[in-house]
Amino acid sequence: MRNATLRKGPTLMPEPVDAIVEVRGVSKSYGNVEALRGIDLDFPRGKLTSLLGPSGCGKTTLLKIIAGLVNADAGTISVNGRTVSKPGPERAFVFQDFALLPWATVLRNVAFGLELRGKAAAEREKIARHYIGEVGLAGFEDKYPHELSGGMRQRVGLARALSVDADVLLLDEPFSAVDEQNRRKFQEDLIRLRTTQNKTFIFVTHSIEEAVYISDRIVLLSPRPGRISQIIEPEIDRSVDPDRIHRDKHYLDTVEEIWQGLKQYVD
Amino acid sequence: MTIFGYRIPMMASLLVWCVAWEIVGRLDLMIMVPPFSEVLRAAVDLVQTPSWQSATVTTLRAFAIGMALSIVVGVPLGILMGRIKLADELLGMWVSIFSSAPLSALVPVLMILFGFGEKTIIAAVFLFAIWIIVLDTRAGVRHISPSLIEMAKSYGATKRALYVKIILWAALPEILAGIRLGLIRGVKGVVIGQLLVAIVGYGALFETFSRNFRMAEFWALTIILFAFALLISELIERLEAKVEFYAGAR
Repeated sequence: MRNATLRKGPTLMPEPVDAIVEVRGVSKSYGNVEALRGIDLDFPRGKLTSLLGPSGCGKTTLLKIIAGLVNADAGTISVNGRTVSKPGPERAFVFQDFALLPWATVLRNVAFGLELRGKAAAEREKIARHYIGEVGLAGFEDKYPHELSGGMRQRVGLARALSVDADVLLLDEPFSAVDEQNRRKFQEDLIRLRTTQNKTFIFVTHSIEEAVYISDRIVLLSPRPGRISQIIEPEIDRSVDPDRIHRDKHYLDTVEEIWQGLKQYVD
Repeated sequence: MTIFGYRIPMMASLLVWCVAWEIVGRLDLMIMVPPFSEVLRAAVDLVQTPSWQSATVTTLRAFAIGMALSIVVGVPLGILMGRIKLADELLGMWVSIFSSAPLSALVPVLMILFGFGEKTIIAAVFLFAIWIIVLDTRAGVRHISPSLIEMAKSYGATKRALYVKIILWAALPEILAGIRLGLIRGVKGVVIGQLLVAIVGYGALFETFSRNFRMAEFWALTIILFAFALLISELIERLEAKVEFYAGAR
């Protein structure tokens, strides 16, 4: 339902040429509840796209359909031009509740994706150590998840997703169980990682500020049934000091604009 | 325990009861209750007799085989019921019935099925121990966080890897709790089985002692059994404490 997409304002950008993930006509219902209706969406390669909306708008459902963890009732998902219906090595998922193995060390947790893919122990641990360093957890390799803070646990989850070298990283509200200070730090790290890792990020969040702060592209979903209501591409220079972004006029304007659009759905 | 402001260790209460027993025994009120010191002496003598030693070997072997069987059958059955709805619906009712039924009543049936020998004792241990293992394993599998399963799937886990690397480990605290309770029930099974068969192991000894009013030895044997049940329960509890650290992290 392309016409459901309102396009307006100076933030409008032309359709991206190189889409790595294409969503076509995806619908999903849970019993009588229509979670998603006729979603058409492209995710540009190498960008960070946020799915933003109030609870019940189906944003996590859409992400899980892209991940192949939930089956759509109708429509198709293609990644790199190939239609997919199950999880695959080109996609990696970061979970809201981290989904770490409580009985395994940080090292084994990070290497676990590779372990499941049958990579030899020495090789997968070498890769895991590298990404543990990348997410700033060097020195914590032999700790167990319960010895880490929420923010650190999610870093383990992120390192695990990076280790399998997927093209697309799917993040399901990764910071919602992380305290505010850690979240800020983590968001800054994510901006940095996005420039160094050359991956496509699809990010589900309910925080407007978070979405505007980190995203190249924000897809606003409206609830009941979940539909695309607006696509916004904030033009924010993220090469500057992260703290300055929060005071940037364009940042504040975009947050306000999105809030005005979402206000009607808040009850 | 605190009495008049003094901290008294738990073992002290045991000591009080032992002294009470000794006094009652010395008063010679009942033939059933010899003095505790006599029971202890009987215990020391008893463990040196060949009949006790061979009875212990027989009992332990039947117990070990019965327990091994109930773990090997019970854990996979519990996992199956926790994961597959159809299996749960087919078996759930029976497991519930058996786990709360007075199983002693079934031991005579086992005797008819398996004869007057070790097989019946093994079957009794199995029958007593397995149900709680199945129920606890099922509960453990049910409580695994769905995102852990999703994680395994999203990283391409095979069916085998999902069970061996995730489900079994995630349910391990509950499985161990089930095995600990199963062991305690298994002790019941081995004793009741042997008492009813009455010609094997401890059952034969109990039969001899009680028939000939050798109460000191009778109580000595009872105390040895109690101590054994406590000891294995304690051992499994130690093991549980080791895996506890991640039970809280889920």
